Amino acid sequence: MTGWLSAQDWQALVLSLRVGLLSVVLSLPVGLALAWVLSRKRFPGRILVEALLFLPLILPPVVTGYALLALLGRNAPLGRLLAEFGIVFAFRWTGAVIAAAVMGFPLLVLSIRAAFDSVDQRLEAAAETLGAGAWRRFATITLPLSLRGIAAGCVLAFARAFGEFGATISFVSNIPGETRTLPIAIYELLNVPGGMPGVNRLSLVAVLVAIAAAASATLIAGDALWRRSPDTHATRARR
Amino acid sequence: MIEFAMRHAFTDLELDVSFRAGVRTLALFGDSGAGKTSVLNAIAGLLAPRAGRIVLDGRVLFDSDEGIDVAVAERRVGYVFQDGRLFPHLDVRANLLYGARSRGVDDNADFDAVVALLELVPLLARAPQSLSGGERQRAAIGRALLAQPRALLLDEPLTGLHFEARRQVLDYLRRLKRELGVFTVLVTHHADEVAALADEVVLLAGGEVAGQLARDEFVAGRVGSGAVPLA
Repeated sequence: MTGWLSAQDWQALVLSLRVGLLSVVLSLPVGLALAWVLSRKRFPGRILVEALLFLPLILPPVVTGYALLALLGRNAPLGRLLAEFGIVFAFRWTGAVIAAAVMGFPLLVLSIRAAFDSVDQRLEAAAETLGAGAWRRFATITLPLSLRGIAAGCVLAFARAFGEFGATISFVSNIPGETRTLPIAIYELLNVPGGMPGVNRLSLVAVLVAIAAAASATLIAGDALWRRSPDTHATRARR
Repeated sequence: MIEFAMRHAFTDLELDVSFRAGVRTLALFGDSGAGKTSVLNAIAGLLAPRAGRIVLDGRVLFDSDEGIDVAVAERRVGYVFQDGRLFPHLDVRANLLYGARSRGVDDNADFDAVVALLELVPLLARAPQSLSGGERQRAAIGRALLAQPRALLLDEPLTGLHFEARRQVLDYLRRLKRELGVFTVLVTHHADEVAALADEVVLLAGGEVAGQLARDEFVAGRVGSGAVPLA
């Protein structure tokens, strides 16, 4: 395959994989916390939080990218502040990770939240009567019983991040070797004479990665990899 | 020893229950919907009464006037739920050790004794989903005991079991009472379970205490009325 893909193709593929993986790793802790709060807590402003969570799914990705630029760009207040500590996101591959994380975040949280919702809270109550505090209940009951949904959410968020285009190009532009991800490379090849063979190659790679991600999600969501645990889906009763 | 008083309103039931008991095993007896499980939940802390006072073994667990409401995890009660509620992703051994590990206790002697008493050795490596109803309840009782509780709360632990399993679990509960002597509150609507296990009975009806009897008085009353044949 090394001969089939050019050095630039490989660069774009590896960058996209790195951006996709890192965006999931970075957003997972926040996603877990937010999903737990939305699943278990009732608080004023909850609807507003849910609406904000959905925004990246609804807004045109270019607008999300522009919002990131307005927030984290070199001339933005937060961007200037971070730059003083040597942290710069705009026009850097790290910015592509931020853009991908923001775009994949709703899918990650929605999937994890659904997994938390499906955990029988009576089991958590049983653990509480056995002396387990909140962290122990989360780590030993809620989390293991939600693993399937969490894993599925990670795959979905990765797939979204891998294919991210609009927010990324708005926020970090198209810099070869730095921010030119696979979708951006395809877009560029579409706009140059004689670029079609490259478009075909990279599109095929994108399709293969998408199939792998979809197959993983299907495997995870099914029972092939996980022990069936009917008790976890029992209807909730009063604690 | 327990002092219990609570008032609470559900949409379909007003609970106003108070009793005091110093026996080893107290039964809460009444029909479905009488408020028995709510009393257990209040003792465990899973239900916060609108008003009341709960004292277990001299320790105030709840007092609405004083603003005391001890956290569930700190109450040291072993709750055996009607459906067992074993953790499905843990084998029986890990289920049994869950409470002890939560409390930072590592007492192999207790583990061995409880496992022997409830004859759980052959089940230790099994998944909860593979257990029969009786086995599941034995494991749930063992798990509650190994958390070293001040009180054992049994919520209809024999309901849903077939005749033979019911008799077996009842025998284990008798043995526990004889050999461990943990203060126990048993919720049931079966008179034969009261006769087999309880020292005293609180009768609940419609969310209120309808009477409090010694076990023998209860048995004599039931036999006299011909209401329930005793095991």
